[in-house]
Amino acid sequence: MSENVGRVIGVNGNMLTVEFFRPVFQNEMAFAAVGEERLKAEVIRVRGRYADLQVFEDTRGLSVGDKVDFSGELLSVQLGPGLLTQVFDGLQNPLPALAERTGFFLQRGLYLDALDMNRRWAFTPEARPGDTLLAGQPLGSVPEGIFRHRIMVPFGLTGRLTLTEILPEGEYTVRERVALLTDEAGREHEALMMQTWPVKIPIRAYAERLRPQKPLSTKIRIIDTFCPVAVGGVYCTPGPFGAGKTVLQQITSRHADVDVVIICACGERAGEVVETIREFPKLSDPRTGKSLMERTCIVCNTSSMPVAAREASVYTAVTMAEYYRQMGLHVLLLADSTSRWAQALREMSGRLEEIPGEEAFPAYLESVIAAFYERGGLVRLHGGGVGSVTIGGTVSPAGGNFEEPVTQATLKVVGAFHGLSRARSDARRYPAIDPLESWSKYDPVAPREQVALGDGFLRRSAEIGQMMKVVGEEGTSMEDFVVHLKGEYLDAVYLQQDAYDPVDGATSEERQRHVFDRLQRILLTEMDFPDKGEARAFFQRLTQATRDWNRAAMDNPQFAALEERIMQMAAQVTRYA
Amino acid sequence: MRKIYHRIDNIAGNVIILQAQDVSYGELAAVAGTRGTSLAQVIRLEGDRVYLQVFAGSRGIPTDAQVRFLGRGMTTSFSENLLGRIFDGAGRPRDRGPEIRENPTPLGGPPVNPVRRVIPRNMVRTGIPMIDVFNTLVESQKLPIFSVAGEPYNQLLARIALQAEVDVIILGGMGLKYDDYLFFRDHLEEHGALSRAVLYVHTAADPTVEALLVPDICLAVAEQFALSGKRVLALLTDMTNFADAMKEIAITMEQIPSSRGYPGDLYSQLAARYEKAVDFDGAGSITILAVTTMPGDDVTHPVPDNTGYITEGQFYLRGGRIEPFGSLSRLKQQVNGKTRSDHRTIMNTMIQLFAAYRETLEKQAMGFRMSAWDRKLLKYGRRFESEMMDLSVNLPLEKALDLGWAILADCFAPEETGVQTALIEAYWPGEDGPGAEGSGADGSAPEELADAAAAADA
Ligand SMILES: Nc1ncnc2c1ncn2[C@@H]1O[C@H](COP(=O)(O)OP(=O)(O)O)[C@@H](O)[C@H]1O
Ligand SMILES: [Mg+2]
Repeated sequence: MSENVGRVIGVNGNMLTVEFFRPVFQNEMAFAAVGEERLKAEVIRVRGRYADLQVFEDTRGLSVGDKVDFSGELLSVQLGPGLLTQVFDGLQNPLPALAERTGFFLQRGLYLDALDMNRRWAFTPEARPGDTLLAGQPLGSVPEGIFRHRIMVPFGLTGRLTLTEILPEGEYTVRERVALLTDEAGREHEALMMQTWPVKIPIRAYAERLRPQKPLSTKIRIIDTFCPVAVGGVYCTPGPFGAGKTVLQQITSRHADVDVVIICACGERAGEVVETIREFPKLSDPRTGKSLMERTCIVCNTSSMPVAAREASVYTAVTMAEYYRQMGLHVLLLADSTSRWAQALREMSGRLEEIPGEEAFPAYLESVIAAFYERGGLVRLHGGGVGSVTIGGTVSPAGGNFEEPVTQATLKVVGAFHGLSRARSDARRYPAIDPLESWSKYDPVAPREQVALGDGFLRRSAEIGQMMKVVGEEGTSMEDFVVHLKGEYLDAVYLQQDAYDPVDGATSEERQRHVFDRLQRILLTEMDFPDKGEARAFFQRLTQATRDWNRAAMDNPQFAALEERIMQMAAQVTRYA
Repeated sequence: MRKIYHRIDNIAGNVIILQAQDVSYGELAAVAGTRGTSLAQVIRLEGDRVYLQVFAGSRGIPTDAQVRFLGRGMTTSFSENLLGRIFDGAGRPRDRGPEIRENPTPLGGPPVNPVRRVIPRNMVRTGIPMIDVFNTLVESQKLPIFSVAGEPYNQLLARIALQAEVDVIILGGMGLKYDDYLFFRDHLEEHGALSRAVLYVHTAADPTVEALLVPDICLAVAEQFALSGKRVLALLTDMTNFADAMKEIAITMEQIPSSRGYPGDLYSQLAARYEKAVDFDGAGSITILAVTTMPGDDVTHPVPDNTGYITEGQFYLRGGRIEPFGSLSRLKQQVNGKTRSDHRTIMNTMIQLFAAYRETLEKQAMGFRMSAWDRKLLKYGRRFESEMMDLSVNLPLEKALDLGWAILADCFAPEETGVQTALIEAYWPGEDGPGAEGSGADGSAPEELADAAAAADA
């Protein structure tokens, strides 16, 4: 370790100004000493002999003249088996281990290894001496819960590498050197079971990026059918407070059809993470039969935890997501909320006295957001196989107004937009995604023509609803009135979904296609009613029957029975020309 | 003995700047001015320049004021003897009782490790149907009342505090009107609750900056009680005054405001306080009920807006009633699945119908003919407003649910409510339906009905 020591000359909130005497570099990690404690910090600006550092901890007690050790390293995370099921803070400190050391409270200046350095993993070599390999290609694997965790050629190596030595099958710790490789220039490189990687640099040890095309099944009907997400796609969920962003992500983290879920609780409530931490181990993953926690990793830097670490947390999370992608897995990263991360940038930018952009966000906000979402994607790995990182971020716009910098910058780079509306959440129309505002560039699970038809009904229904407010029901034609009721019906029984019902809460792709096809027939049915009261009463009955249908499991005989009843009800009001 | 300084270079707003050495960030200093000695805290270090935020304000501070650094950060005392006592915003006795100096406890201590929290699980019963039925309050929740001047928000706070089954009540007043302070004191006293309460009251007449300390003092004390296994209810009124005090300092420090003069870290600052609400794994809990008055009745104002993003819901108090729209308890689903099998359905159905009623009201106001359905909604809405929303209603949850069914049955046919068939069969009051005796006067739905509905649910 280099002996590069600087001195504090200024403290402003979590920003330190430090005088240094030997070279330092941008984003270098440093430790500021306050008494016995060493507080982690990162260089974020250098001016002459002075470096400005953001401190990942409470800075109370620091004085002018205090020592700062520059580490010579970038802010990095540890990558290896044992990340899944863990709960980390934004700097990848394992929270359960911290709790064992310090009890109820997080003590500043205490940093622990993310990976268990003593645990032994059963390693099976998969490459042989003499093999030519590229960075990211597998050397072997160890079992990690639900799948085989690949041990790979270190991502930082370049060019073709020849494997010269590899450990035989056996039990090793993550610090063990599993292989020796020689590069084209004849230099030798070690490969440990674990790697460390700087969080702000994307892992690119793959052959090429592919276009995301396959729908990612979230089991949420309004998403999968109307504004789908693709495997390897990126999407955002803006919405005013209380509209249901977090609940939507929680449901997605449970039901999404992916191999690994990384949850990044970034600057929001601790309580929400607790639900996941406590519930997931008890819930079983229908794909594997094991607990949901086995496919999950949580990065948790909630709102009262240090702000600078909040900024780091999204990078910590996405780096781990990229790591699992390198193994040919499909990873879903859910970040809640990207606005808090942007605010962390803003706080720092303010302390640096940079020229502010709109709403005091820094001018580089857009490029930072774009670079983050760019880390999602579907890739073809060296030596075949694909892996993906799908990113879903919530956005918490000030005043619920989407015309603000973070929402706008995010909309430019995502492939799908799920805008939550206050009107829908107030009316308890959950999930409160606004079907008319939201969009997606990806392919839906149901046939496009059917989706377009449903969408058309929703739009016309909304227009007619608006018009009725002006001209009244009596001024609305029967035909329009029925279109309106049909749109409301589609909303009530398909867009709305009861997250807390075991059956309704998660609708498979197959079921979505089946149900949506039947609903489409109902929408297309020409109907006759003696008067508007009858029409409304009919749709109320139909809604109730369809909601009952939504609650019946597909393999339950009730499902077919209710379907028949619903189709009969529709037949009874059919107009026969 | 630490050095004493006598030369102040800069006085602006409530911040003074002087040259000093060996001072640490966050350290306290005693500043002696012409009007007595005030505490001040280091809020920035820049070489030898030290920025101090003076809690009693800078008025009357001369350029040669004596500044003595205390070598420690802000603390407050903690002891069982606090119970029954009343202090000002800086922790000095307001009630002529003795000063309490035991166990100096640092303010703004470290955050709780999320893995040592448990999922909130206990309902806090208030007897207010708009809360118990529609937005259940839960132990360890943090929840503000969004309101405007003139609304009875302090009365509502006091009422909930008395009804809630908690061990300790801690009241933090920020910019509280003197009358409101007296109201709280007398109200708690009359109902025999003062002996389990501690009051920290900063009134509108006190220096603004002192309001900054109130939440931190209250929550540091609350945390100590909670660690000793107590269930604590902290009442903070009015957090908008707290935010305004922060704004004042930020402007003095020439920070770039993010919106309407408020500093960019408003969210983090508010969150640092509200996140103290906790249910400890293996100790007590802190529930925070706050008041946030909305300047101009505008919920998009930065203070209510940031608050709404932080807290676990909010109650809108408007026209003396808790509004069903916008009001939210994010924790309700932790408890309302365990109360009675019809709880969630009543909650959703009644609100959806009430939304339809509001639409009908609009139509009516525009002079449209009322259909049969509209007339049903009008009848329903009026009953809902007078029997559920009115704050004078005081009913246990179960009776309120029964009342809900009774109102629905009085206004609608079962299928018009959209309630699932199984629950209709179990609860709908009717001639010979099982719910017949469950509704109306005597109220309680028999136990086995709930079981039947639960079975039908599964
Ligand atoms: N899909 C849903 N089904 C039922 N209730 C919901 C749903 N989504 C949100 N809610 C309700 O709204 C509350 C706020 O949702 P949340 O996701 O925390 O909002 P946000 O993250 O947008 O602030 C939840 O606590 C819950 O009561
Ligand atoms: Mg949220």
